[in-house]
Amino acid sequence: MSTTASNPTRSRGKAPAGEKLADWADGRLGIYSLAKANMRKIFPDHWSFMLGEVCLYSFLIIILTGVYLTLFFHPSMNEVVYHGSYVPLQGQLMSEAFNSTLHISFEVRGGLLIRQIHHWAALIFLAGMFVHMMRVFFTGAFRKPREVNWLFGFLLFVLGMFTGFTGYSLPDDLLSGTGVRFMEGAILSVPIIGTYISFFLFGGEFPGHDFVARFYSIHILLLPGIMLGLVVGHLILVFYHKHTQFAGPGKTNNNVVGMPLLPVYMAKAGGFFFLVFGAIAAIAAIAQINPIWAIGPYRPDQVSTGAQPDWYMGMAEGLIRAMPGWEINFWGHTLVLGVFIPLVLFGVVLIAIALYPFIEAWVTGDRREHHILDRPRNVPTRTAFGAAWIAWYFVLLVGGGNDLWATHFHLSINAITWFVRIAFFLVPVITFVITKRVCLGLQRRDKEKVLHGRESGIIKRLPHGEFIEVHEPLSQEQLYTLTAHHQYEPVEIGPTVDENGVERKVRGTEKLRAKLSHAYYGEDSQIAKPTVEEYKEITSGHGHH
Amino acid sequence: MSSQDIPEENLPAESGAAHGAVGVADEHNPFADPGLPPHEHRIQDIDERAAKRSERTVALLFTVSMLATLGFIASYVWIPNDKSIFIWPLGHISAMNFALGLTLGVALFCIGAGAVHWARTLMSDAEIADERHPIEASPEVRAKVHADFKQGAKESAIGRRPLIRNTLLGALTLVPFSGLFLLRDLGSLPHEKLRHTLWAKGKRLVNMNTNQPLRPEDIATGSLTFAKPDGLEENNEDFQNEIAKAALMIVRLQPDNIKDKRELEWSHQGIVAYSKICTHVGCPISLYEQQTHHVLCPCHQSTFDLSDGARVIFGPAGHALPQLRIGVDSEGYLQALGDFEEPVGPAFWERG
Amino acid sequence: MKKLSARRRHPLAAVVVLLLALAATGGLYTAFAPASKAKADDSAQSLTIEEGKKLYEVGCASCHGAGGQGTTDGPSLVGVGAAAVDFQVGTGRMPAQQPGAQIPRKKVIYNQAEIDQLAAYIASLGAGPSVPTKNQYSPEGADIAKGGELFRTNCAQCHNFTGKGGALTHGKFAPDLEGVQPKHIYEAMQTGPQNMPSFPDTTLSSKNKKDIIAYLHSVNSDQTKNPGGLELGGLGPVSEGLFGWIFGLGVLIAVAVWVAARTAKAKKS
Repeated sequence: MSTTASNPTRSRGKAPAGEKLADWADGRLGIYSLAKANMRKIFPDHWSFMLGEVCLYSFLIIILTGVYLTLFFHPSMNEVVYHGSYVPLQGQLMSEAFNSTLHISFEVRGGLLIRQIHHWAALIFLAGMFVHMMRVFFTGAFRKPREVNWLFGFLLFVLGMFTGFTGYSLPDDLLSGTGVRFMEGAILSVPIIGTYISFFLFGGEFPGHDFVARFYSIHILLLPGIMLGLVVGHLILVFYHKHTQFAGPGKTNNNVVGMPLLPVYMAKAGGFFFLVFGAIAAIAAIAQINPIWAIGPYRPDQVSTGAQPDWYMGMAEGLIRAMPGWEINFWGHTLVLGVFIPLVLFGVVLIAIALYPFIEAWVTGDRREHHILDRPRNVPTRTAFGAAWIAWYFVLLVGGGNDLWATHFHLSINAITWFVRIAFFLVPVITFVITKRVCLGLQRRDKEKVLHGRESGIIKRLPHGEFIEVHEPLSQEQLYTLTAHHQYEPVEIGPTVDENGVERKVRGTEKLRAKLSHAYYGEDSQIAKPTVEEYKEITSGHGHH
Repeated sequence: MSSQDIPEENLPAESGAAHGAVGVADEHNPFADPGLPPHEHRIQDIDERAAKRSERTVALLFTVSMLATLGFIASYVWIPNDKSIFIWPLGHISAMNFALGLTLGVALFCIGAGAVHWARTLMSDAEIADERHPIEASPEVRAKVHADFKQGAKESAIGRRPLIRNTLLGALTLVPFSGLFLLRDLGSLPHEKLRHTLWAKGKRLVNMNTNQPLRPEDIATGSLTFAKPDGLEENNEDFQNEIAKAALMIVRLQPDNIKDKRELEWSHQGIVAYSKICTHVGCPISLYEQQTHHVLCPCHQSTFDLSDGARVIFGPAGHALPQLRIGVDSEGYLQALGDFEEPVGPAFWERG
Repeated sequence: MKKLSARRRHPLAAVVVLLLALAATGGLYTAFAPASKAKADDSAQSLTIEEGKKLYEVGCASCHGAGGQGTTDGPSLVGVGAAAVDFQVGTGRMPAQQPGAQIPRKKVIYNQAEIDQLAAYIASLGAGPSVPTKNQYSPEGADIAKGGELFRTNCAQCHNFTGKGGALTHGKFAPDLEGVQPKHIYEAMQTGPQNMPSFPDTTLSSKNKKDIIAYLHSVNSDQTKNPGGLELGGLGPVSEGLFGWIFGLGVLIAVAVWVAARTAKAKKS
């Protein structure tokens, strides 16, 4: 470029190289307008806001290491004889997929490390998404305007599960092959079309010669492609909506308080990528994952005890293990309820998660934007729902690993299965009730603190001999933080008779909403927060304790 | 949804200071937002020596990262790939994997730690409040967009010329079917394939371990043997597909212990042959308890009683394991007296 | 369910079945066992048997009966053979401490000489599988890969891919095979102790057994190589998931707390 600037009105001639490059790009891409809006974008500081970053970075790590693995992996089910360096498999027949995975693990220098980083990052990616989703749920960050982003995140979680499943099935080892066989059985249980879907998926009978190649294109192209698009959309929406924040002095529904992207979050978030990558690399250096050489190549007539899927499929595994073996035969057909019901339940639970924000919005009828996060205790019913769901999920994880519980805690596997069958119904209910109680208790304590101050631990003896504990009044910052939350009134069914005395028909949905609204915001579901009058009456009066 | 029905007074009032402005402490309202607290300095902001220390820490971390990367390269070049070392408590592990992983981990972690330490101690930590703007467009913008859309729709004349609209919809509806049809050759149709296995009248039962045909006297009471049909070899093209259906599990019971009449009939001197493929979702079931005659599936714990027609006594399986009818041929080898009479493996819609 | 489980767990039930199974195994073995082994008439041998009888009367007779014919508390030992005695006593399972779903491995009470005497005495009651020779069970010269295939076909369903053990019904279990002597593994395959089915030489040849022992030695001993690092119990995805949650996500959350935390403010003075 010549030193005479193309645009004489702006003297860009003596600008440093970086600036010149930026000018060049701006003239073509308009990056300055983009940077104006985003370069000093504010992000609030809270550790739980970084859970999403854990997911984002482990996703990037998975893509990076995954691309490396594709350079060596052969997605083929042709049978070959193993001649590699792992002695206990030499001379064994195995598929090329298994053979090339052994090659990556033993002959490619660093191949084992990359394989292990890839797999560990996948487990952490899904665990991170789970925790991130719980954070968003319990703080109410899914409320308007973020419902769509909740859906994006939900889709990422579900697709992540299936990407993981297709991924760990690729090496065609005995453990993952058993998982694929389970998948075949589950598909066969689908009424009417199940058998056909199975034959189309496996290119005929199980296992056939096709599924590794097919899973491969699903695993490395189809699903990650969709996920990448969703991740980008998810991030754009995070930028567009600006981050939520917890209530606190100076933090309102109309602002966001924190540090600017440049430089603080550039360094913190950028640095966090390296921290995540470094930690996962170190884990891959010290802990072995999916040692397929010890597991052996897949054969449909072989199996090992302790056959489990990766953790994120554990819930499905628990469902299927706890289910009684119901099967109905009629008119020459079989309805395999013992497999199909868990399959349907799995889908129903996922869909319920996706729909939750819309259900809650309908119950509250609130159409305003919410940028201040709830403290979980201040929304006891939602919190109790979430806790019950987690407890239920945990019960199913126990069910999915019942054989290991049996061997490691010296229990009967049958007893554990029966425990899971009962706990499946009981534990969520108990958890719901207890969590709600705990939330209400915490709300009461907050109210107490606002009205009477913090317990100081100092005991004072009054002149007439009575001992009291001195309560320190809270600062205004604390008072504000503890009273900033909203409290909804439960919805009543409106008058059933209008002003002309004509009876109006009350629709079922209206009744349902009134009921749900009472469950969420009725007297038993929240403690009225202290009012200014209450506060003044107590503080202006005669001492306090 | 009918959220208009909800009266406004049910919704809580917006609390807090108006529009992001730093609130003023209100003596009438003790719960009012006091506004952002004043910024407090860190040691590094007021003490240059502390700032220097932070600078050196950050630089040290970046330097460690550089050294670790050199270590990574050195490990890659000099450590033999098959070298195994013992490190407590990890065990006998690959020296290469350990060295590469740790050096890479340190190299990456130190970059991150340096950057974060830099941000935390040396970059400004003054909190800034940024205004939010409503996501919804203003009524004017909304009206403009609606008007533009109507204008565009009108100009396209799609409403006025339903013939175009309907044929377009028809074409768009039909065109994906080409794609659907292209999926047809993903696999063959099921036909009767799930109903038949390689077993047939006269097929000998061949021991999985020794690849030799089995004789009744080979099978001891309390023992467990796996068999495949004669002629099926591991290097056959379709070995996997066939063994997935034909795998067989053989045990010998005392004929008196066999409770099921048909089972006894189909056995040979108390030797019974059952499909090894679980009727739940197809795991090779074979955890045989020789004292109880129960066989447990390692995948989902379906339990079958081999002394009682292999009926399900626990777990999620829906029906008994199929039994293979066996006998002895003229040379004294165990042979099948036909195929399984019902489909083996997991149930499916057409199974009936 | 509970009733059923209780009945099946009852020591008597196990005893009855064990009795039948062991008797049959022994009986069958007689047909194949080299005749010379069952008979030993020289005085040294009869002395050994005499010693074994004494030990038996003190340690075993209360459950298995004075002549080894069995009682309600223990099965008959006639025809179980020396291999069964060597396995049961040599791994500490016998003498049993208490009845339960399964008699576990524990500290060995008798020394090898005493075990040999006991075995000789039991073998004298009726012919059964004899203790294998070192040549039979030593892993040297075996085909490890073939052993692996055999292990995955015959053993892994209960004992896991690399012999880490697994659960059976109603509190029974297949034990971890790490540290079990090759001789005992051989004897277990041959005699089928407790609920384990037997794998007699007719269906799993002596060479096959040797291969399996060699495979186990290679994948489940203190010399086993785990190139990737910590083995995490060799239990597969459950322990990996647990590790991923606790150490993977746990570490990352700890790091996140550090990244997001406020730097200490200078004290106002």
